[in-house]
Amino acid sequence: MSTPIDYLLHLADNAVVLGQRNAEWCGHGPILEEDMALANVSLDLIGQARLLYQRAAELMGGDATEDKLAYFRGPHEFRNYTLLELPHHGALVGYAAADRDYATTIVRNFLYSALMVHVWDGLQQSADPALAAIAAKSLKETSYHLHHSRDWLVRMGDGTEESHARAQAAVNHLMPYTEEFWTTSPAEGAAVAAKVAIDVWALRPAWDALVNDALAEATLTRPNFHGYITEGKIGLHSEHLSYLLGEMQGLARAHPGATW
Amino acid sequence: MNTPALKDWPLWEVFVRSKQGLEHKHCGSLHAADAAQALHMARDVYTRRQEGVSIWVVPSVAITASNPDDKGELFDPAADKIYRHPTFYEIPEEVGHM
Amino acid sequence: MYTQAMDIPDDSGKKLAAVSNAPSEQEAAFEARIDADGRIEPQDWMPEAYRKTLVRQISQHAHSEIVGMLPEGNWISRAPSLKRKAILIAKVQDEGGHGLYLYSAAETLGTSRDQMLEGLHSGKAKYSSIFNYPTLNWADVGVIGWLVDGAAIMNQVPLCRCSYGPYARAMVRVCKEESFHQRQGYEALLVMMKGTDEQRAMVQDAVNRYWWKCLAMFGPPDADSPHSAQGMRWGIKRISNDDLRQKFIDATVPQAKVLGVTLPDPALKWNEARGHYDYGQIDWAEFWNTVEGNGPCNKERLATRVKAHNDGQWVRDAAQAYARKQKERALKEAA
Repeated sequence: MSTPIDYLLHLADNAVVLGQRNAEWCGHGPILEEDMALANVSLDLIGQARLLYQRAAELMGGDATEDKLAYFRGPHEFRNYTLLELPHHGALVGYAAADRDYATTIVRNFLYSALMVHVWDGLQQSADPALAAIAAKSLKETSYHLHHSRDWLVRMGDGTEESHARAQAAVNHLMPYTEEFWTTSPAEGAAVAAKVAIDVWALRPAWDALVNDALAEATLTRPNFHGYITEGKIGLHSEHLSYLLGEMQGLARAHPGATW
Repeated sequence: MNTPALKDWPLWEVFVRSKQGLEHKHCGSLHAADAAQALHMARDVYTRRQEGVSIWVVPSVAITASNPDDKGELFDPAADKIYRHPTFYEIPEEVGHM
Repeated sequence: MYTQAMDIPDDSGKKLAAVSNAPSEQEAAFEARIDADGRIEPQDWMPEAYRKTLVRQISQHAHSEIVGMLPEGNWISRAPSLKRKAILIAKVQDEGGHGLYLYSAAETLGTSRDQMLEGLHSGKAKYSSIFNYPTLNWADVGVIGWLVDGAAIMNQVPLCRCSYGPYARAMVRVCKEESFHQRQGYEALLVMMKGTDEQRAMVQDAVNRYWWKCLAMFGPPDADSPHSAQGMRWGIKRISNDDLRQKFIDATVPQAKVLGVTLPDPALKWNEARGHYDYGQIDWAEFWNTVEGNGPCNKERLATRVKAHNDGQWVRDAAQAYARKQKERALKEAA
């Protein structure tokens, strides 16, 4: 049963890492109304992560818990897409500092939720009934995230000169990271074989259509891909994840065994 | 450092239907660039605890309100039309509920 | 939260005493309605001073909610469990929501959110001074829920009966949502107190730092509170600072006992004759110093709000530009 666990962790790590990133805006949003919206997205993602970790912990048995999985695994054990761990700004090294850019946030949420609406939809038929139930719940949430981020993507792209430039820069920066969606990790391959997961590759045309349609409406162009394909989902991450986890896990790790 | 903020984001009034079969009820307002966005934002601001199954948003400027000074002529004349209320009429007890 | 020291004077408050030259008939009707515990609605005539006081009070309240997101927001990324993280995000988000409801209520008085934000960002408008203290350990989050929100609820419940309709209605909504805030804080502390020595020490440390600040939150003693009397008269303020403070202390002492923490006041003891707890001297000099802008975090809090607002300008502009374009397109299509 070890394969579905790895796959569950991939899904859970995706959700927790992006939830952590989105929550960074709490109190700093561009307008109060938007602060509320992004906190909701973050809450959905953390809720998804909890359910997925709980399911994984259940299958692992022993003393595994959702928090042990979220707080006591190192960066090399995390299985999230590299896309999701990046800070809210353009390409910079791990220890560089820069202002958060809302276009980066929105474009990332869009690219990811455009994938996940299809993934969750497919996972409703998972051979793991617990995962199927999580998928049904997550699908509704993710549909809203897609709606929210797509709406903003179009507003930014077709807004002012500055917002267009920022949105285009974010698309150029982030789009290459989506190539990771289409490679098959051992965990994914095994989960597909066990009928627990669906083949993400098969979702590519639907994702492309969704993305191309939104970019066109936003008057943005899609960059051609050439280069390095990230491998976060097999544990090879960017420099940014260890900072994110260092912050997220620090307090919990300072008090191992404590309950909160 | 002080840039015009929401100057152009109009104010919207939000009405929420708490459950199927009930009326939409005014619950507050918010700023949004347009109606579609106002709906989204109303969902995030006013229905975080399952308060609603349906939302209306209306531009605040579209609301025409009665003048409080006219309260007398608008509403007082209804006060003595007590025959509009069922309790005005006495029905023998043996008739039962009517 | 976080009403409290709502009668902290700011620049608009100084002109409060200005005599309104409205016809006395309207004034009399207004006063009569106030006396009858009636509600005032946005379109009703009201004295200029009433309007100004309300705008000042409601916007201070709204600013407090918004600035109040920051000290607790400080721990979102580091919350020690996913459950606590979710609770904290939901709570900080609620505070944003409360700010939004309150700005909306104040807008019915003819002051735009822009104008209010301008007041906050320029330093003219005040907000609750409690948020000018740092959150130094995770237990601060629990203590803010228990004590700061607890103090705020004392203030807010009476405001649900405030004379100004939109404010009272906003407060009903706020209070409904707020009830989870205090409970989650207290519960988080209970769990920590049952945990390790280090966890217990964190809780005691947080209580030590926040107890006196919370007492000061209720505002200056009644004798030194210039706006209180008028506010009470107008039904904008319902219970005096000192009475609320006493009520808070009386309610909190038994809770502290259950929790197993010591409240850092040697003078705190039950007074049988008064039927209340006696308590020690609040350091008002320190309170006023913080209100005046010289607390440990005033500059960071304000600068962070200003930065978020300024950094968000292009986003707001984008949405507006897009909405305008869409409107033009629709018009063109119709033509």
